[in-house]
Formats: sequence, structure tokens, C-alpha cells
Amino acid sequence: MSAQTQRIVILGAASAIAEATGRIWAAERARMILVGRDAARLESIAADLETRGAEGATPWPLDCANADAAAQFGKMAEALGGLDVLLLAYGVLGNEAELEQDPKAVATLIQTNFTSAVAWCLAARAILEKQGAGALLVIGSVAGDRGRRSNFIYGATKGGLARLVEGMAHQLAPLGARAVLIKPGFVDTPMTASFRNKGLLWAQPEQVARVIAAAARRGGPIVYAPAYWRLIMLIIRHLPTFVFDRLNI
Amino acid sequence: MQEFAFVGDSDVLSWGRVTREPQRVARPRFRDELPSLIGDEGAASKLAVGLRRSYGDSCLNGSGVLIDMCGVNRFIHFHPETGVLRAEAGVSLSDLLRLVVSKGWFAPTTPGTCFVTLGGALANDVHGKNHHGAGSFGRHVRSFGLLRSDRGRLTVTPEGEPALFFSTIGGLGLTGVIEWVELQLVRIGGAYLDVETMPYNGLDEFWPLAEESGPAFEHIVAWIDCASRGKKRGRGILSRANWIVDGVYDVHHDRSWKRVPFEAPGLALNRLTGRAFNNVYYHLNSAKAGKSRQHYAPFFYPLDAVRDWNRLYGRRGMLQYQCVIPRDNQRDAIDALLDVITASGQASFLAVLKTFGDLPSPGLLSFPRPGATLALDFPFRGDATLKLMTRLDGIVAEAGGALYPAKDGRMPGEMFRRSFPRWEQLVKDPAISSDFWRRVAL
Repeated sequence: MSAQTQRIVILGAASAIAEATGRIWAAERARMILVGRDAARLESIAADLETRGAEGATPWPLDCANADAAAQFGKMAEALGGLDVLLLAYGVLGNEAELEQDPKAVATLIQTNFTSAVAWCLAARAILEKQGAGALLVIGSVAGDRGRRSNFIYGATKGGLARLVEGMAHQLAPLGARAVLIKPGFVDTPMTASFRNKGLLWAQPEQVARVIAAAARRGGPIVYAPAYWRLIMLIIRHLPTFVFDRLNI
Repeated sequence: MQEFAFVGDSDVLSWGRVTREPQRVARPRFRDELPSLIGDEGAASKLAVGLRRSYGDSCLNGSGVLIDMCGVNRFIHFHPETGVLRAEAGVSLSDLLRLVVSKGWFAPTTPGTCFVTLGGALANDVHGKNHHGAGSFGRHVRSFGLLRSDRGRLTVTPEGEPALFFSTIGGLGLTGVIEWVELQLVRIGGAYLDVETMPYNGLDEFWPLAEESGPAFEHIVAWIDCASRGKKRGRGILSRANWIVDGVYDVHHDRSWKRVPFEAPGLALNRLTGRAFNNVYYHLNSAKAGKSRQHYAPFFYPLDAVRDWNRLYGRRGMLQYQCVIPRDNQRDAIDALLDVITASGQASFLAVLKTFGDLPSPGLLSFPRPGATLALDFPFRGDATLKLMTRLDGIVAEAGGALYPAKDGRMPGEMFRRSFPRWEQLVKDPAISSDFWRRVAL
């Protein structure tokens, strides 16, 4: 990226991965809009990012899962005077066993992880198309690569995002803009706080953030974070069914 | 999420890795999560902890729960003109330096690792190589935020809440959850120091050298060979340094490719390797004797270059013994300690000797006091190690000295109460406790 100040919108800015990424961008003196539900939390993140060097960090309290994406996004791009990066970082994991008993909860999960994300991506595309530049970064998950019994509803929403971002990357490429899906593996965040005995495969949010910040500069359309997950998922995707069915994953 | 607030975790240990009791830990990211955490879980006691560089059990709470503050790590404000910085308690010294060094500021004093949090530095009233000029960390704290289970959120200043202020500095996290800290930083003219390295032969040479260095050097510390006997007994390397004013503000890197991924086999550090290390270290540094220009990171934080170096001590872990001896008795007592330690053959390579200045430490339970402090690690070998330390206790107690709670995992309660005589005045939070506190104070 040039020495010019980057203009960035972060959706779900209070998530651990998004905040860690925001700190990298703050050190690069970016201007950011921080979107999330909790105004007080956004305020504390904004003060931190500005202290760390961000040229601006503006809290933008909003429920991303239930917002008028197109209208809101227009206002954000206007406030920033254009857009270089949109990071879509909100989402929920849900509990598979509970979800399978509760269609309403499933609908909410799909609204949050997928339906609302489609609206934001389309809103961003309109601007990226017009500019002929910029990057749309969406956080997916390795869980979207192959349906597994332990979390296939969550996995389905993340798999859906993968197809969406892939298609948009295809569409934007000739115009000079990019769409990138970042697929983290296991990340040590509040979303996974209830998992015990985190082993070697677990990454810190800062590691994923470095992958995201790199993706803002170049690459795509699919990026694994950390990169070794590409190999792990390659193997998992190609396991023959008779083997896969015996794995309790 | 609340149902998952405290999760059992057997990987949460103190730096010495001796106590292996699993801890139940909550990992908040925002200050707004803290009130429910200290109110939660019925009668179980709480303890807020940071990067757990305390060696013993002052950062553990096996029968209660831990609140890991490392995720509550935001800067609140920093004024590059005045050097006043306010940050949440989970901000590490490493993060702080990465922000302020390039703007010409440094921590007022720093311990031997930058992987400590501001909350931990305050709660242990840490000290550094500049103690004779700067005093302990607490002297540079302007105010802090404290969350009490009985009084809620407080902003604590020395004028407004003197009892709480002086209880919390060095108060081992027992007076409430420290939410943020406001510090006065110090100006630096560059990120490098002029370091003079001087070998000395025995304690008789050390004392005058340390004394003469005081007025002219801001930072002084000595390594002492606790493994060698005979003619080599008490030899060591003193280094003394001042900041260089050259406007070169290089910031340290906080990531290291060097790390110890597993616990080493128990034999890795034994009598032979310990003595060999001391020999090599002495000769390497003697060869380097003289002046050099050093960046602040290798000067203040040599061990930070190897992440998780404490795993070298293997599965059983290590104990550190750090005592302070009042000035009047320092020569005889340090001499006596050295005798016992070298005779035992148990000492490892990291022995540090330093003199404290006269600036009073503010905390009721602060460790630094005028005199000399000796710190060294012992691989934990059960009874043999504990017996050795009991002998050392005898020398320290007779000299009117004290042990550093941040390093301690075994001192008798009676010794703590005698060497920290104001312990009963601590304005403790009724909901908070630690393994250390239950061991020494109840």
C-alpha cells in the first residue's frame, strides 16, 4: 500500500481478531470506522487505536446482523471519503447440539453469519466497483471446508461465505479490486473460551491478524490463517468417506 | 458466555512451574466484564493475574478462581509532551515500550523482563537496575483504577485514598482488581546505553565497586558466580550503564524465534552444567570487559530473547530465592549466604546481586529497602532444595532481611509476618485471596 492513509471499515470491531488487526493498522496510521454493538467497548478500542497511532478511529455502534447495510455503508464510506479496506469480522459459533433442536436459533445464526454478511458484501462491492480499487476481507472458517458432525450448521454458513467471496473476487478482479476470504483454524478467543486443553494447533488472534493485514495488501481469494491450515484442510477434504466417517471431529 | 466464565486449565502455572494444581481461569477482554467476575462463583475467592512472571504462588489461587487480565490491554491515553500514560492493567511493559520509546520516553524503572503487565508491576512494586536513583515502580504511579467487591469502581490517588493507594502498591493483587494504571514515564535521549562491564574477584571487590558506581551510573547490576569455590569464590561481573543521548530511538521486537517448546529432561540443569555455565559466562564476559554500546533490550531483558526459558528446568520446575539484607549487615550476611549456597552445589546459573538505594518504597508490602539483594534460581529437587532454603532463611532472618513475595513459593508464614510487619494493615478486598496469602497470612 502507498504511504497514503488507508481508510478502513471494521465490522465486528470488538472481536479479538478484529481488534488485533486494528492494532496493526493503527501502527500504519490508518483511519478506521469501528462497527459493533457495544458503544462503550468501541470507545475504549478507539482510544487505544488512536494512542497506538491511528489517524482516526471512530466508534460506530450498530448491530451488524440486523442493519440496513447499503444505507449504513454509504454513510461510512462518505465519512471516510472512500474506502480501501472492509473487514467483515463478526459472527457467532453457536452450539451444534442446541442448534439442532432449535430452528429459531438456526435462523438467527444464519442471519448473523451469512444473510447479513451477503448484504454488507454487496454494499461494499458497489463502492469497490466504482473505485476500481480496494479490498473486501471476510473472515470465514476452516469449518466451511467440509461438513463435519460437530459443527455443520456453523460450517454451512462459513461455506456459503466462501462461495460468495470467491464469486465476488472473480467479479472484481478485472476491475482492479479484490475480495479475500480468510479462513482461521482454531483461535484462542472468547468465542472458543469453553474449549479446554488448547494444543499446538491453536493460534493467537495476533497471528490471524497478521495474515489479515497481509491480505489487505495483496493475495486471495482464499487465505488460511495460519497458513498450515491449507495443508490440514487439503487432507481433510480429500479423506475418503469411509475414513472420514470414523473420525470424531 | 457467562456460564463459561471460569474454565479449568492445567497449563496455567506460575513462572517457577513447581505447583501443578489446575486453576480455574476467566479471560475477560473488557473492563465491563470485571464486576460480574468478582461477584461470580459464590464464595470462591478471586485473584486477578497478569503474565504470571511471579515465580511461586502469589499469582495462583487453586481453591478459588483466577481472572487473567492479559486481554484487558488497551491504552487509554498518552501525552508525548508530559510523558503521562494511562493504560489498562493487562498492557505489558513490552507493549508500552513499543509505543513510547520512539517518542523519547521509557518506563521509570523496569524489572529483568518486559513480559510483565502494568497491573503486575504495580501489585509487586517491582524494582530495576536503577533503584538507587529511581526507587521502586510504585513511586512513579500517579493513580490507578481499582475494582473492589465491597465498594465498586474507584480511582485511587495518594491524596484521595491513601490507605488503598499504599496497600495496593506491592499489595500482591489482594486489595481489588487493578483495572488501569497511570504512570509518569521518564525521558530518554535514545534507545541505547553506554555499558561498562567489569569483572570482580570476590565480594570484597564487589562492595566498593558497587558503591563507587552509584553516583555516576544510572543502572547497576551484578551477576555473581554461586557455583565456584576456592579462589573463584564470589567472583562475578558488574555492569553499569547510562543512557546515550543520540536521538536513535530503535524499538525492540516483541517476537522471538528462539523458544523452549518443551520441558527439558530433569537432568539438563545439574551441578555440572550449572558450574560449566558459570565458568563459560564468567570468561565470556570477562573477555568482553570494557565499554560497549547496547540496545535497551539486551541490556535490561537478556533472557527475554528465549521465550519460556523456565522450561529448561524440566518437569519439576524451579524455586527462586530472592532476599534483601539491610545495609548494616549486608556484607556478612551475603558472605554467609554465598558459603551455604556454594557448599550445597545446588545453585544454577542465574544469580544476581544488587544494592538498593535509600528511596523509600511506597507500598505497605513493598520488598525493596536499603541494603543488598541477592536473587538466584534453584532447580526444584524436593526436600534437599527446601532444606537448603530453610538454612538461607536463618541467615536472612538473623540479619533482619526479607524475602520477595513475587519470587517466593515456600517461606514460612512467620518469616513473612516478621519481615513485612505492616501486613495486617493491608486493606484487603474480602473477595480476593491467593495461594500465597493463605500460606503466609492465615
